[in-house]
Amino acid sequence: MSEQSVQRTTVAARAAWSAVVRAGATLTITDLHGNQAVDFLVYDAGDTSVRYSAPDTIQAQGNIFLTTGSVLMSNEHTPLMTVVADDVGRHDTVGGACSKESNTLRYGHHTWSQHACVDNFLAEGARYGLGKRDLVSNINWYMNVPVEKDGTLGIVDGISAPGLSLTLRAERDVLVLVSNCPQINNPCNGFEPTAVEMTIGAPE
Amino acid sequence: MATATTYGARAHARAQEGTRAEAMPVVPASAWPAPPCEAGHLVWAETVAGGNYTHKVLARGTELRLTDLKGDACAHLLLFAADRPWERLNVADTVKVQWNAYLGEGQLLLSEQGRVLASVITDTSGRHDALCGSSGLVRNTERYGDGTPQSESPAGRELFKLAAAKNGLAPRDLPPSLSFFQGVEVREDGSLDFTGSAGPGVSVTLRTEQDVTVLLANVPHPADPREAYTSTPLEVLAWRAEATRSGDPLWDATPEGHRAFLNTAEFLAARGIA
Repeated sequence: MSEQSVQRTTVAARAAWSAVVRAGATLTITDLHGNQAVDFLVYDAGDTSVRYSAPDTIQAQGNIFLTTGSVLMSNEHTPLMTVVADDVGRHDTVGGACSKESNTLRYGHHTWSQHACVDNFLAEGARYGLGKRDLVSNINWYMNVPVEKDGTLGIVDGISAPGLSLTLRAERDVLVLVSNCPQINNPCNGFEPTAVEMTIGAPE
Repeated sequence: MATATTYGARAHARAQEGTRAEAMPVVPASAWPAPPCEAGHLVWAETVAGGNYTHKVLARGTELRLTDLKGDACAHLLLFAADRPWERLNVADTVKVQWNAYLGEGQLLLSEQGRVLASVITDTSGRHDALCGSSGLVRNTERYGDGTPQSESPAGRELFKLAAAKNGLAPRDLPPSLSFFQGVEVREDGSLDFTGSAGPGVSVTLRTEQDVTVLLANVPHPADPREAYTSTPLEVLAWRAEATRSGDPLWDATPEGHRAFLNTAEFLAARGIA
């Protein structure tokens, strides 16, 4: 797979992005302006019915937060990607994506006309033949979702900062879908979506 | 041999009529020997063996009671809008929208369409889980030596695949599931404590708020630390009742839930259903 050279792409605020990352290659996600949530799904590129599983990832590492060393597991409990570097220290596995529909519950029906992550995932996934049934609970890089002792859980101010990044290594050929979260009703991106950068590094 | 002829084989098979097993469905459900006192006409009455699964399509306004008979059941649950399976249980929305990681009385089981599929109306267990999902073939093979459906230690996901297939659904239709009767708690650092079960005899009652396809797998929780595959029978009873309506305390219990019920009511009204 040595034909894959380094690719660097800026993903605009609110936009979607996708790529196939070859086995052994790395994907670095850089939070250019700080406090931006990056919604992320990953599929086996050869069999998209094998895809990221939040519960398998949580049960495999016994922790709901992701950081260096965390292995992103598939629904068949096989590794898809590994976090090999992380400037931030914790990322969310629980909150899933914002959608126009869930926004009506979370904030009110006035949010209906706002863009949302599920729309990004649907539009980007459609390019690969993926549809609604292929969307599952996703990772939110840089998003901070603590759980209190009584179970209270919520998206709070982020702990990222401008220029911080994380790097994933693909454990097999994977398809990555990203929604650069357009949410403006909670602090997942400081109420102001900003651009992020994606860098694919060649396999070692 | 008595079964050497077609007549003998038929007589032998038919002689099994009336056999009772510890785990089995009772058909018709109204023949269940001890219906709950609040139950009207039972529509589903079954004891699901440990390491087994079941499935049913339930009408809106059905109460579904799951009971952990012996203390080691774990009811892994998936819900799909009947005939529209792309609308289905969304665990992330269920915990995020309701600002709570734990399941219990008063919680709504939300679809990703901003609507309610079912609500939890009673809970005597308090040990449930929305984070760890069910078990997979690879993991069960590592832990117990096998995870195939025909083995002594079937994985929940393998059983869900079979239950899904019988409803025209494929593995890609299976999102993260919930589990009842075996809990986990989250520590401040994000790590998990397995709390196990609350003991035998506890139950959870769900109320369906749409017509739903119910898939249930009764297998050990994936965080259960015991070396042996430990899974005991799950009792499933369902009866006709009323969906949640305006005026019910649950309708207005939270602003998020209130809007979820409004969305559901509007959807059903537009379809001419309710």
